[in-house]
Amino acid sequence: MTMSSESESDGPVNEGVAISVRNLRVSYSDREVLHGVTFDVNAGETMVILGGSGSGKSTLLRTLMGLEKPSGGEIWIRGKNLCCISAHDMAELRKRLGVSFQSGALFGSMTVGENVALPLREHTRLDDSTIEVMVRLKLEEVGLSGYEDYIPAQLSGGMKKRAAVARALAMDPEVLFFDEPSAGLDPIIAAGIDDLILKLKKAFRMTIVVVTHELASAFLIADRMILVDKGNIIALGTVEELKSSQQPRVRQFLDRVPEPDVAEDEGFLDRLTERLRL
Amino acid sequence: MARKKRRSAAFSRSLLAPQPEIRLVSVTETVGQATIDGLAYLGDLTILTGRSLHAVVIAPFQGQRMRVERAVHQAMAVGVGAIPILSLISFFIGTILALQSAYELRRFGAMEFVANAVAVSMTRELGPLMTAIVVIGRSGSAFAAELGTMKVNEEIDALQTMALDPVHFLVAPKFVAMALMLPCLTTWADFMGVLGGSAFGIAGAGFTFGSYIHTTLSALVLRDIVTGLIKSVMFGMVITAVGCQEGLSTGLGAEQVGRSTTSAVVKSIFLVVLVDLVFTMLFYLTAPHS
Repeated sequence: MTMSSESESDGPVNEGVAISVRNLRVSYSDREVLHGVTFDVNAGETMVILGGSGSGKSTLLRTLMGLEKPSGGEIWIRGKNLCCISAHDMAELRKRLGVSFQSGALFGSMTVGENVALPLREHTRLDDSTIEVMVRLKLEEVGLSGYEDYIPAQLSGGMKKRAAVARALAMDPEVLFFDEPSAGLDPIIAAGIDDLILKLKKAFRMTIVVVTHELASAFLIADRMILVDKGNIIALGTVEELKSSQQPRVRQFLDRVPEPDVAEDEGFLDRLTERLRL
Repeated sequence: MARKKRRSAAFSRSLLAPQPEIRLVSVTETVGQATIDGLAYLGDLTILTGRSLHAVVIAPFQGQRMRVERAVHQAMAVGVGAIPILSLISFFIGTILALQSAYELRRFGAMEFVANAVAVSMTRELGPLMTAIVVIGRSGSAFAAELGTMKVNEEIDALQTMALDPVHFLVAPKFVAMALMLPCLTTWADFMGVLGGSAFGIAGAGFTFGSYIHTTLSALVLRDIVTGLIKSVMFGMVITAVGCQEGLSTGLGAEQVGRSTTSAVVKSIFLVVLVDLVFTMLFYLTAPHS
């Protein structure tokens, strides 16, 4: 209780900020993946977290969603510090967050309609007919009207992602998280998902956090962007600011220049095998 | 020459000497680590069982939903689906028991005790054990595969982000289903075993069906059946805990789901036999002397 009241009063109380991350550190066993990350996500903005494979961007998102425990630092969402929140408060907070996973993560044993209805059935006292109407509305919002009775296995990759968004929207969340929304989709379907995110942003003015490595998609949907590299934020700003950045590492990522080490590694391997042959 | 030989022998000894010590340490370390791992695993199983019992017994009084329909669905899959194969196996086991006991009993001219041997062996031991083995193969492995696949597909994460506890939502209904269905299946297996025994009793031991059943009923005491059913409930808990624990601890990738499933079956069989041993010893020690 004390912790809870402390966390409410000590938080960076700023109406305009939806998520505040302060010096966040995350470790797996002995290996630190995020080395003290600090940033704010403003209410109603779309923040895109960019980064290469293994940069720590997915860990950052998982930690924001409360799926990983930080080893240090603070994450403030709705005046609660995720690092020392009670289980009850965490559950209440999660009802205000929506998540669209990379694979969709729809429950294979349920229909699309049941998937979308699940949070409503579990967390509200709405009757079946109201839930049915809400499910239809949510599916309509993502362009999947009439697919209530399909099972996830019958849907294409893009449709699964849309259904996952509908489920994430079920509880009318304040913050929506997307993990790699266009991964594994063809360019046309991926563009459709980008459109959907833009539509949600315009229609509901909700705070959206997207993790991706797709540059085109990021530039299209982002209000501001973060570039994560080796567990650190190396750039933070609007699309224009990032595009005009002269920082070598940022330029390398945006201009898609391969790692110089790779050539060096190949040379090293050649030398090694040569020595072995001798 | 002799001095050189002695030096060489001493040198050999010095080379060899540390080795047994190193081996001893490594064996001790391995045994110690295995013991710690084993105890930690049992701890995990206990925590999972405790959380599930909390979800079933206490949480409904705290305003949380009882997921009756999910438990019924699981019970149908665990129980009704197992009946055909369990019937066949139990029937054969009953016949085999009758044949094996007749092999010895006929030397003493005591073929009328075949029915007693089958009845007591089935209800006290083989009924619960064979049921557990069949359920491990059908449902324990399925639990591990289901939860493992859900873990790989991020469905477990999705449940958590929707503020739904995977233990309450997925594991607890399985515990309820198993705790209810294993005793039912065991009773059915006992009955089919007796029927299987009667097949030989009628064909090879001079019984009529009526006399075989009558002998069986007079040979059994309530304790035989009750101890078997208590064991079956415990087996059900073990199978569910291991299957779900293996599923929830699945790593990344489809290959890991296969590993979890195999591991669930092997560990369940071992732990069921271990629990069987413990409870049989307890029942033996607490049995009234006649």
